[in-house]
Amino acid sequence: MPTKTMHADLAIIGAGVVGAAVARELARYDLRVVLLEREVEAAFGTSKANSGVVHAGFHSTPGTLKASLCVEGNAMFDDIAEELAVPFRRNGLLMVAMSADEVGVLREHFEQGWRNRVPGLRLLDADEARRLEPGLAPEVVAALYAPTGGVVCPYQLTFALVENAVANGVAFMAGSPVTSIHLRDGRIAAVETPDTIIEAAWVVNAAGLFADRIAAMAGDESFEIRPRKGEEYLLDRRVGGLVRSTIFPVPTAVSKGILVIPTVDGNIMVGPTAEDTHDRLDFATTRAGFEAVFAAARRMVPSVSPRDIIASFAGLRAASSEDDFIIRPSRVVRGLVHAAGIESPGLTAAPAIARMVVEILREEGLVEMRARRAFNPVRQAPVRFAHLSRAEQASLIEMDPAFGRIVCRCETVTEAEVVDAIRRGARTVDGVKLRTRAGMGRCQGGFCMPRVMKIISRELGIPVEQVTKRGGGSVISPYPAKALLSESGWEAEAESGPGPKSEPGADPRAGDVVGAERATPHREGPRVEGVVARGAAVRAEGDVGVRGDVGAGFGARSASGR
Amino acid sequence: MNVDVAVIGGGPAGLAAAVAARQAGAGRVLIIERDVRPGGVLPQCIHTGFGVKWFGEELTGPEYAGRFVKQAADAGAESMLETMVLEITRDLRVVAVSPRDGLVMVECGAIVLAMGCRERPRGALAIPGTRPAGIFTAGTAQRLVNIEGVVPGRRAVILGSGDVGLIMARRLTLEGVKVEAVVEIMSYAGGLARNIQQCLRDFDIPLYLGHTISRIHGRDRLEGVSVAPVDDARVPIAEKEWFIPCDTLLLSVGLIPENELSAACGIELDPATGGPIVTDEMETSVPGIFACGNVVHVHDLVDHVTEDGMVAGEAAAAAAASAAATAGATAVTTAAAGAMAGAEGGARAKGGAGAGTRTTTMTGTGAGARPAHYSGRAGVPAGEGNGDGTSRISGTRTLGEIRPGSNVRYVVPQRFVQGGERGGGGRTLTISLRPSEPAENVVVEVSAAGKVLRRQRKERVRPGEMLQVSVDRRTLPSGDGVVTVSIVSR
Repeated sequence: MPTKTMHADLAIIGAGVVGAAVARELARYDLRVVLLEREVEAAFGTSKANSGVVHAGFHSTPGTLKASLCVEGNAMFDDIAEELAVPFRRNGLLMVAMSADEVGVLREHFEQGWRNRVPGLRLLDADEARRLEPGLAPEVVAALYAPTGGVVCPYQLTFALVENAVANGVAFMAGSPVTSIHLRDGRIAAVETPDTIIEAAWVVNAAGLFADRIAAMAGDESFEIRPRKGEEYLLDRRVGGLVRSTIFPVPTAVSKGILVIPTVDGNIMVGPTAEDTHDRLDFATTRAGFEAVFAAARRMVPSVSPRDIIASFAGLRAASSEDDFIIRPSRVVRGLVHAAGIESPGLTAAPAIARMVVEILREEGLVEMRARRAFNPVRQAPVRFAHLSRAEQASLIEMDPAFGRIVCRCETVTEAEVVDAIRRGARTVDGVKLRTRAGMGRCQGGFCMPRVMKIISRELGIPVEQVTKRGGGSVISPYPAKALLSESGWEAEAESGPGPKSEPGADPRAGDVVGAERATPHREGPRVEGVVARGAAVRAEGDVGVRGDVGAGFGARSASGR
Repeated sequence: MNVDVAVIGGGPAGLAAAVAARQAGAGRVLIIERDVRPGGVLPQCIHTGFGVKWFGEELTGPEYAGRFVKQAADAGAESMLETMVLEITRDLRVVAVSPRDGLVMVECGAIVLAMGCRERPRGALAIPGTRPAGIFTAGTAQRLVNIEGVVPGRRAVILGSGDVGLIMARRLTLEGVKVEAVVEIMSYAGGLARNIQQCLRDFDIPLYLGHTISRIHGRDRLEGVSVAPVDDARVPIAEKEWFIPCDTLLLSVGLIPENELSAACGIELDPATGGPIVTDEMETSVPGIFACGNVVHVHDLVDHVTEDGMVAGEAAAAAAASAAATAGATAVTTAAAGAMAGAEGGARAKGGAGAGTRTTTMTGTGAGARPAHYSGRAGVPAGEGNGDGTSRISGTRTLGEIRPGSNVRYVVPQRFVQGGERGGGGRTLTISLRPSEPAENVVVEVSAAGKVLRRQRKERVRPGEMLQVSVDRRTLPSGDGVVTVSIVSR
């Protein structure tokens, strides 16, 4: 039962990119706004798994919200990216035709784009297309080029929107799933989470995959979310130069097809698949998806190779029973505004969706929408040590020695950046990763994960055993050393503890091996004293920055695994 | 800062290189180590099995490291701990950062690369399924258990039979974790035979060869894995799949030499090893830069890593001495040219320990600022590859090539100095190699120009176990001669 009560003018349910954009837009006004998120951090739902493509707007049917909000949102990205210090690049979109039939589809999209007022569209012949993108397959016969297309980091954008909203007075409550909505006289009265009742007369439903359930809590069953899964495969930055523009096939009935995306971070991402699913928590990649993605991507860009995969993941699009975005006041309950059914091009449209939601709230009579005088649209950029000049790096370390302690070697992320990410709201290893890129490089956290766990433990004041990957039950290393020994029954088995079956002495190594393991203290870690005069001495337990790669003496390279 | 030999990495390879460089007469030898303590991965390897060859006794990882840490200190090597190298340049400068010294630039007479290797992560395998907590590389789990003092779960499955995975199967068992299975996609184990016996069989842990994990289950935390045998194309056979409940999955699916720094400075890498192409003196394609240990190729035994390090350290000392001798004649130019190096050297000479190394500006990194002695040797411009036969040590020399032949995945070294009397083995040249496939009753054959130079019988060879074969240098071909190492049936 909730034990706390809060009073607000408005509650936004869902801190994905749409909810976050609405929060920031509402922060411009003198309102008490609460942003609720069921996950432990913002962007941990659909936004985290977004492709990051800022669409041009030629894909959507003229007259739809998707078409108009995509084009409007696209035009807003330069300002937003600058104000919020979010990496964004207009790298251009190229839709390629692989046959004469497909050239006709290009023309239709050119026409459609023109009607949607997409600027700068051009039809290219095969030579022009290849001059733009030498990595294209020889089978490409023509292409539609949209120079306004871009790439952004979807979760960085979401984090930045939330941070800026919070800096301007919005209350952000993570780990707060909405359990019920209270109505009074046919309108919204309050929103309830497991520990708090938020009394508010207005609710924006930006709950993504769960938007229909939120609507139903208020008695509105006018739409249904029908999740559509997409699998994505991220390639090593080594091959980041395969293409410069985002490469699209001609679209299918249900999706824009499988793309080759040069991410804003310099990797290549291929995907997504499009598969309807009933399970709103089905984030599994599949062998079929893997095969489909690479077959489709290699058809357009032959040098894309599964050998370069460094990560794969799946996300769910919050597609709905309606063809278009659902951005409207509820027809059932007063005070409820939906921003639901947000699938592609939702990321692009998000800033425009936020504006539209605010207009709806104004029309619906949300009073006192006075501009907040102190609104500051600028978010202070987090430091990216790896991107700085040597001189800048040197002066940063002078200022704060934690900039001299590299936590993630692949992406050159410093301890100071990890600490800053936690101060900005990261609570989990994944949260630190998405904000700083620690663990996102080619070793995928093998080196930095224990270090990041220790920094989180220290900064949040929790035992390292309680640190999670992404909240909930995703605890990483839950048991203190020796905690399992008693329950395994081994302590009782023999005074000397567990041992191998071989007779000690039969193989002189066997006995020694086990003996040595038992004799070594674990908590402290083996101690090796420092080499010589200069350099830090062995540091005390609890310090961050201890390393352990896998090296000499124990590892034949095996060709195993798949 | 100026040093004669900079060693990148303070694991067993780097420690040995530092010891050997000092013993060979190098003046200032500096180990740059990113951890707070030297030893590389050894401090977390608390099992025994280290040092049988080198010390003639069986040590734990921390003990083995401890001996070399002491040797390095006794020999007068210096070290910078908690210091990460960001960049190595072809004109032998090292840029590094540490919380203590800030951004540091080191001008070197020679550099030894000893960065070791890293583990292949899950992402590279693209195993279908979810991405819950509870999936670790074996070495990361080893660190969590042995250094951080936390245990990752109650029931574990291990994918891949590399040695770290085998060691961790036993280690987790001893911590009270139930290790359900070790699953290996190949038809043979990746790790050493002794580890299969001592870490799996002795503890009744099943090893499934020719199997893989076909799917990962669980939302927040791992709930289990599907395991299936694979067909000839190593694709899992879906009909034969079964489920093993577990909350922990360790991956021991390969180690990758850590060569981002090497690649960024243009050192030629061997795709078969993932490490630099080296001469028998462990010199890379960039003159004056040497490499040893797992950064060159992944070794099974630390003792071999130490041997490598000794060769590299001695050769690096010679290279630094030769550079310094040339520089003696142009000492004034050197001081003038290396603006920053000069300033730093001065501060160091006055005994300004910490503060002296703190750099405030990072000017003088351009090629124009290169100290004169770096290009003052035998008319060979620094920064040219040794593919054409130039070497740091004595100017222009001729290099022969060593190539893998049938059933040999790779050989190290890939080059040898013709007529070279120096090098670790004196008159003999020792070649390390790994077979591509397991085989029995074979001969390791070294040949050149159709002539067999050496035949060495082996009862059995496995990819998981490195082989070494030695040849008499006097028998090696001259000119463009190529030496081939093959494994042929007897």
